[in-house]
Amino acid sequence: MFRLEGRTSTPAWFNLALPLIAIVATLILCSGLIAIAGAGVADAYGVMLSASLGDSYAITETLVRAAPMIFTGLAVAIAFRAKFWNIGAEGQLLAGAVASCFVGAIPMPGYVAMLLMALAGAAAGAIVALVPATLRIKFKVDDVVSSLLLNSVIYYALMALIEGPWKDSFSGYPISPPIEDSADFPVLIEGTRLHVGVIAALIAAPLCWFLIARSTLGFRIRVTGENPEAARYGGINVQRVLTSAALLSGALAGLAGVGEVGGVHFQVMSDISPGYGYSGIVVAMLARLNPLGVVPAAIFLAAVMTGAEAMSRATGVPAFLSDVIQGTALLAMLVALLFTAYRIRRVGAS
Amino acid sequence: MSAVFEQIFQIGFLAAIIRIATPLAFATLGEMFSERAGVLNLGIEGIMLLCAMAGFTAASLSGSLWLGVLAAVLVGALMGALHAFFTVALGLSQHVCGIGVTLFSSGLAYFLYRLIFGQQSVPPSIDGFKPVPIPLLSDIPVLGPAVFNQFTLVYLAIIAVPLAAFVLYRTPWGLSVRMVGENPRAADSAGVSVIATRFQAVILGGALMGLAGAFLTMAQFNAFTFGVVSGRGWVAIALVVFGRWDPWRSAGAALLFAFVDALQLRMQASGLGHIPYEAFLMLPFIFTIVAMAFMSRNAVAPSALLKPFRREER
Repeated sequence: MFRLEGRTSTPAWFNLALPLIAIVATLILCSGLIAIAGAGVADAYGVMLSASLGDSYAITETLVRAAPMIFTGLAVAIAFRAKFWNIGAEGQLLAGAVASCFVGAIPMPGYVAMLLMALAGAAAGAIVALVPATLRIKFKVDDVVSSLLLNSVIYYALMALIEGPWKDSFSGYPISPPIEDSADFPVLIEGTRLHVGVIAALIAAPLCWFLIARSTLGFRIRVTGENPEAARYGGINVQRVLTSAALLSGALAGLAGVGEVGGVHFQVMSDISPGYGYSGIVVAMLARLNPLGVVPAAIFLAAVMTGAEAMSRATGVPAFLSDVIQGTALLAMLVALLFTAYRIRRVGAS
Repeated sequence: MSAVFEQIFQIGFLAAIIRIATPLAFATLGEMFSERAGVLNLGIEGIMLLCAMAGFTAASLSGSLWLGVLAAVLVGALMGALHAFFTVALGLSQHVCGIGVTLFSSGLAYFLYRLIFGQQSVPPSIDGFKPVPIPLLSDIPVLGPAVFNQFTLVYLAIIAVPLAAFVLYRTPWGLSVRMVGENPRAADSAGVSVIATRFQAVILGGALMGLAGAFLTMAQFNAFTFGVVSGRGWVAIALVVFGRWDPWRSAGAALLFAFVDALQLRMQASGLGHIPYEAFLMLPFIFTIVAMAFMSRNAVAPSALLKPFRREER
């Protein structure tokens, strides 16, 4: 007989083992879909791997794709730590993209433009995140619902802008005018798309880790998330902590949009984000809400996305497999997390 | 003023409200059953999409619309069971599982749709449901053509509301659902299986979400597109709060939302052409957020919502 037994502490190697178990389980489960699509499982995964991590150019492409998910993953991790259920990273990303694109279209020296774009994008994302936080604090509106609904509002607002007053008069397509050439983020390696924003994302992760693990605000965020009653009792202004977490989370999600405008697309279009905001939730959960874990988790999802496109071209398996993998990985990770609360013990038949 | 008044009471406008409200009513009732039993189902958006796809596919392959509806309901129930497995049996976070179910279901819907239908420049469509006038009732002025000359699924939604209220408030099973949602400990002591009841409620909820998805692809649009649900699931979650977890009020909330949605569609169509239509599409969502701000203060959710139940933990 086996029995589930409560567990109070978990060994350190769990942090690495659990996401790996979840990812392996996910790939095994999703191999069924590859088989249904009539392709060889080993072939398909092989193409995915070589197209995303097989050579140095592929790696830079994967990193470029990982950057926005590092930012949205950090945004979600910090929000969820405070139990502020920010599902609105997608909308905050779009707001950040729009704001930074506005700023980037103003002629000014490159580095000034980059800095101002980042500030504007972060501010826009923070303002959007402030809405569900304020609605929750002042009106007890469920933050999940309001942040989700806000995603639709922001998306339609963006569409209205690029279909209307902000439409690029040069191309006539529903896209915004491009930013100034001087505002394009510098590319680090000639011949690739690896831009400065990717480095910014890689630096942001340890900074966020320091903030959560070592700073006073981080301590308050953690206590508020784990036990708001105790936090209140301990003299922490819970509402203020929630607001800070929301601002921080929104700013990070906004920066994801800044990188996409400054480093990848140089303008705003309707499909500037293929759901990076929602992917941030998967990333944050795979990372167990640890900012340092966000980087490998985001790189994994980016590799899946980049690889899925190549796999689709080579084998005909629809690239939407990467969406299924994301959802499955999230669910598998949640199940794997059960091992942190319980352990399976063999007990003699009684 | 009178011009506006006339426009509002046009028969076509009333009929549009009823049509827009139908999938929302199914989805809202589904979410309500789930939440009354203590389980938030954020998988609703993805479940509706997957069911919309499943229903469309089954109908277009078999040629039978009702087989499509059946497929959508079964897939919805199955996805409800999946969500219940994670949140009820395993007791995992309802928030994150729901997002997981939505990501998984929508990914699966896109994947299977592309696999079955390939990439076509014009999305394949089906000959969807046709309005079925009800004899005598459809002859009533104004109300008749708007309410009683509709799709069969619309009539089903109209029946579903009192039926849901009856099941929830007047049957032993409904009592069990309310008990496990309010006080699972007491329900358990009274001999009600908390786990089984929650499973049943979430599965029933999923089946209703399936009907919502089926309506979208087989009556409203007659085709499957990736944006066919476009936030209607999230709206349904808000409508449950707005409707205070009550079938009648939830249906009323769905009608109110449908009114705003039909109004913005009219505004799009009327001479405000210089404003991009997306500006109008935002309105129902903004309306819902504002309405939530007014309603949430006094809204009392089922006490055990979001709380997993484990018998051995006392």
